[in-house]
Amino acid sequence: MAKKVPVQVTLNGEERAEFVESGATLLNALRGRFGDTSPKGGCHQGTCGACSVIIDGELKLSCLTLAEACDGAEIVTTAGLATNSAMHPLQRAFAEGFAAQCGFCTPGMIMAAKALLDQKPDPTREDVIEALSGNICRCTGYEPIIQAVLAAAAASPHKAA
Amino acid sequence: MTLSVRTCPTVDEASAALAAGRARYLGGGTLVVRNASEGDLSFDTLVRSTDPALSRIAVAGGEASLGAGVTMAAITRHPGLAAIAKAARAVGGPAIRNMATVGGNLFAAAPYGDFAVALMALGATVEAGGKALGIDDFLQVRDDIRTMVTGVRFPLPAAGAFRFVKVSRIKPKGVSVLSIAAVIETDAGGAVCSARVALGCMADRPIRARAAEAALVGATLTEAGVAKAVAAVSEGIRPITDPIASAWYRGEVLPVHFRRLLLA
Repeated sequence: MAKKVPVQVTLNGEERAEFVESGATLLNALRGRFGDTSPKGGCHQGTCGACSVIIDGELKLSCLTLAEACDGAEIVTTAGLATNSAMHPLQRAFAEGFAAQCGFCTPGMIMAAKALLDQKPDPTREDVIEALSGNICRCTGYEPIIQAVLAAAAASPHKAA
Repeated sequence: MTLSVRTCPTVDEASAALAAGRARYLGGGTLVVRNASEGDLSFDTLVRSTDPALSRIAVAGGEASLGAGVTMAAITRHPGLAAIAKAARAVGGPAIRNMATVGGNLFAAAPYGDFAVALMALGATVEAGGKALGIDDFLQVRDDIRTMVTGVRFPLPAAGAFRFVKVSRIKPKGVSVLSIAAVIETDAGGAVCSARVALGCMADRPIRARAAEAALVGATLTEAGVAKAVAAVSEGIRPITDPIASAWYRGEVLPVHFRRLLLA
């Protein structure tokens, strides 16, 4: 039996601890152990961005991150964005702007967009394109996604005057 | 198979752990975790280190010193490294840049490792196992290195002397068709007095374009002045073939992009 190691994280604001297989990726640990299936496993090699999560404030790929290396870290996933069943402005903008078709890339896109808006609440179109450059979408042709991120930024109360 | 992971507080402990058994050093994970997920059985232990020295950036006296664990994102943010930031920005998307490290980039096989191409043009020195090695020599022996790379240092180029281009087929970001980095210094009359040119994807690892460098010295950066260097840039190349581009294609477009880089 594979060796198990304890991993304690703050996942979407909640203190959590689980035993994970030694050498397991954060993606597999989140989905298999922590019960958070919002990050998706697309390519498992850092190409598609579907597994993007925010670890200690930085956008990272959970498929290339070891769960053990996240011990003590604060992790935010798309599953943690809604508050009291009200969608996050990014989620609402994606839904209203038809920025999700099959939906597989959406959680990664939303985390990449959140990482951008956390740093830069009022991004330019070029900023958005750059921020999403590590995320692949095979359905939308990207334009609705770019528009959704810009719409979410425009609707944000943190927007610079 | 299970991978065991060893987290070491200091470089010394990590070096010792690496020396024992079939271990691989884990930096940002963008290469090593990928290999593990793809079934690479050549290692069963991953060693990582939380030593703060590995993520240190020092810029002083015209020289930059980067710990091996410094990320591409940290380079793009550092005000003292603005001259070379575009090479770090060329690596991956934002998530990859938050993970990928200077040390890892030195081991990346083509088509990856665009920052190592820049380090080669900058004439970097690689610190490995307490020894300092020129990057040209380091890249030749990197597969046999059994000690830990702890950092790199290089002289900061004069304003405007560092040139870099990464060519991709996808905008704004994609895997490299090729990358070119150059440090070219000119005298008051506009003639080139020194040139170091490094190429990515023109072999399995970054290589110098020595014939082009020699042809550049004394030349002016004009259409006629760079013609000899452009003609010489393909000397000794053995481009890679992968799903992005064939060796033939890479060889065909290299002089085109080199010329544009010189005349930019």
